[in-house]
Amino acid sequence: MRRLVALLLLALAGPLAAQGNVPPAPYAYTQLADPAQEAAARELMHTLRCLQCQSQSIADSDAPIAGDMRHQVRARIAAGESPDEVRDWLISRYGDYISYEPQVSASTWPLFVVPAIILVLAVLLLLARVGRRRASGEGG
Amino acid sequence: MRRLRIILWCMVAVAAALFALFYYQLNQPKNDFVTSAMVGQPLPQFALEPASADRPGLATADFKTGEPQLLNLFGSWCIPCRIEAPQLEALERQGARITGVALRDTPEDVAQFLELYGNPFTRIGRDDLSETQFALGASGVPETFVIDGAGRITYQHIGPIAPGDVPVILAELRKAGSGS
Repeated sequence: MRRLVALLLLALAGPLAAQGNVPPAPYAYTQLADPAQEAAARELMHTLRCLQCQSQSIADSDAPIAGDMRHQVRARIAAGESPDEVRDWLISRYGDYISYEPQVSASTWPLFVVPAIILVLAVLLLLARVGRRRASGEGG
Repeated sequence: MRRLRIILWCMVAVAAALFALFYYQLNQPKNDFVTSAMVGQPLPQFALEPASADRPGLATADFKTGEPQLLNLFGSWCIPCRIEAPQLEALERQGARITGVALRDTPEDVAQFLELYGNPFTRIGRDDLSETQFALGASGVPETFVIDGAGRITYQHIGPIAPGDVPVILAELRKAGSGS
């Protein structure tokens, strides 16, 4: 068991050694001077997918590519772009996949429509039941 | 009563359809590749400093030669890039013009990589902050793009080039050459 854990840790450590010896991008780990801009950048980072470690946001990941993406986000926000502009720029490169913010599209519309249909049916069902009970209650 | 039953069956049908959708989507083979949305579009603007002493840097203008070229993203720190090196050499031997972009790299490391694994590149630009990678819509290294003679991206190969991919890429190069 201990050996297995050690092996797993080793496997996790391997990629770190393989990432080269170039220092991280200037804004990978450095906050912007303007707190409002930093807050906007940070909020955006939490909704952008890391390209290499695909289940993490770029705010959560320590991968060098996530650092470079954070640098892009902070540099562009500092240059006056809005978070939506930065998101749109990334989507124009990588498609919707890069963004965790759900977009209505040809493949995702059922996710938005089906719950609404279920809700409407549930309300209709409830009204029908309540109406019947009330009718029978008054009758008896 | 009848209306109630119809509504109930409607709900069952909707739920069943939803689960059928889940079942279908969960059974699709998982695809970890994030493809570039830039395929079919002109190359983004970039002008990169040389990544090694013996090859010039790389800029968008270098692709408007009338001849299709390959654009290979690599890094000396990237293990799969070593694995694909023989295939890049094979592509070069068969007439492909190959340009490179070295990601997050130092000139010393690039020089050592080229010495060890071969240098099929005509030009190599350095992309220290992965900016060109993002501009191309590439998600990692190695990746290889086919660029036609007008500087338009016509094909993206994600991951190391396996021996079996060489004919595919040569065919894409020919296609890019005849199209422009």
